[in-house]
Amino acid sequence: MTTKVLIVDDHRLFRSGVRAELGPEIEVVGEAEDVDSAVAAIAELQPDVVLLDVHMPGGGGQEVLRRVLGQGSQVRFLALSVSDAAEDVIGVIRGGARGYVTKTISGRELTDAIVRVAEGDAVFSPRLAGFVLDAFASTEAPPIDPELDSLTQREREVLRLIARGYAYKEIAKELFISVKTVETHVSSVLRKLQLSNRHELSRWATARRLV
Amino acid sequence: MRILGLTCDDAGDMSEMPNAGNAPYPRLGRPVEGRLVAGVAQGAAAQLRLDPVVLRLAFVLLTIVNGVGVVAYAALWMFTPSLPHTGRRPTRDWGEAAAYGAIGLALAAFTMLTGASTGGFGTWAIAAIGIGALVLWQQADTARRQRWMSGAVRQVRRTWVRTGFGLLLVVVGATGFLAASGELAEARQGLVFTGVVVGGIAVIAAPWITVLVKELQNERRERIRQEERAEVAAHVHDSVLHTLTLIQRSAHDPREVLRLARSQERELRNWLYQPKADADATVAAAVRRAAAEIEDEHGVPIEIVCVGDCDLEPGLNALVQAARQAMVNATKYSGAPVVSVYAEVEPDEVTVFVRDRGKGFDLDAVPPDRMGIRESIIGRMERNGGSARVRTAPGEGTEVMLTMKREGP
Repeated sequence: MTTKVLIVDDHRLFRSGVRAELGPEIEVVGEAEDVDSAVAAIAELQPDVVLLDVHMPGGGGQEVLRRVLGQGSQVRFLALSVSDAAEDVIGVIRGGARGYVTKTISGRELTDAIVRVAEGDAVFSPRLAGFVLDAFASTEAPPIDPELDSLTQREREVLRLIARGYAYKEIAKELFISVKTVETHVSSVLRKLQLSNRHELSRWATARRLV
Repeated sequence: MRILGLTCDDAGDMSEMPNAGNAPYPRLGRPVEGRLVAGVAQGAAAQLRLDPVVLRLAFVLLTIVNGVGVVAYAALWMFTPSLPHTGRRPTRDWGEAAAYGAIGLALAAFTMLTGASTGGFGTWAIAAIGIGALVLWQQADTARRQRWMSGAVRQVRRTWVRTGFGLLLVVVGATGFLAASGELAEARQGLVFTGVVVGGIAVIAAPWITVLVKELQNERRERIRQEERAEVAAHVHDSVLHTLTLIQRSAHDPREVLRLARSQERELRNWLYQPKADADATVAAAVRRAAAEIEDEHGVPIEIVCVGDCDLEPGLNALVQAARQAMVNATKYSGAPVVSVYAEVEPDEVTVFVRDRGKGFDLDAVPPDRMGIRESIIGRMERNGGSARVRTAPGEGTEVMLTMKREGP
């Protein structure tokens, strides 16, 4: 079974580049170049995964997330960007994206990431893992919700390995656990990242840039 | 007998102190450094363990009340020896001296008007205010005093405090002058007239002034925006356009194209996203810079993730150097298309991982004369109190883990 993908990016060259690089298990059902056309295309084509650019005319990826997920859609998003800014990365994840990868990713890795997101798992790039470790380490405020507001030791270990450049399979081997367990940990971190209020993560990201 | 007095007799006594040999406390002298006139107040203040400001104000105050301040100062000047001073004589802070002069003149004018100098009611007011201020000043500890001073220097507050204080002084001075010359009653009518005229003009001109202010603000905002745009344009021109030209010219050499594109990408990213940190000041900045240099040299991309940051202590400098060597090895020998670097600063230690998915090697088979790993990485870390661990096997890639304890919080 192939995975249906919609590519949303305002650069035509980039869209065609991604289309050419994706593996055979991916079927690109359409492209969109701004917020309005993306929202319309998602409603019409019902893709499994939307590859979402962060910076776009008309409000960017976060606006697409707000409008589509706000209507209760079950479509899954994978953010894809050249940006290194923490507020962009944390912003789209908090907005509901299931993962974040940078545009330097290889075609093979991107294909794997899309399949993983389509199956309901989370995809963290090393950079995103670094941001998350930073965010959950940088405040001393007492947790309001202990379950959501701190990472477990195991989750921290998994994030560290991702930041060190390990693939999920390598992490599983390193920690003597199954790939499925690694995926569970990452999904759990994603959930905390999206739901935790303690660190006010988006504000942290903004403040960090000003420092 | 002479403990805290400051009269001429005491000063004479103190001048004899050098003969006393083992003095119970340091002898009175006039320091050269930081003096405003002759260093008398400063010397006396050091003796009494007071702030020199207090004694200077006391001299000024005494001068105004009945002129005794000048006499006391002159006598102390004559009888206290100048402390030895080596090196060039520092210049006096004339601004501060002028400030004391101004305070003196203002108080003198005030006392003349109120008749305080001849022992009138005003003397008590001045004395009360002066003593109150001194008490407040002395009660505050040094830190608080510094805070008062620095608080007064803060930009916005300074302007408001200055303006308000100046305004108050002018109003008090003018009222005092009118009251003293007995013309307050006549002036009242004129004042009312002036007030009405000024108020009328204000009402008429207010809308116009508002528009003017708004226009000024808009203009300023527009100018700032234009300056920003000019800065971006200059940056894009200097770096990005320049690199694109170079890339077109070296299109026949894919390696060079890759190197150019990568180094330009890194520079632009730094400009856009990285805080303007001094590359020599923090661990994260130093690791980033080392990676950038190696990337330029060997043309292999290095992906860096940093968590936390701290100042670059000597031990951590060795850590960065070792990490640098590990990056050189990874880019030069591993054959991997990309190298991952992860640096994490924790409260008590700093860890750096350098990892590649290249061909790896047999650690035991490394000949002893190969200095890269043994000396520059493991040896360097151990000499500086850290540790290094190399994990590798043929075909499995290489990971170097470097750990260094931090010196202090």
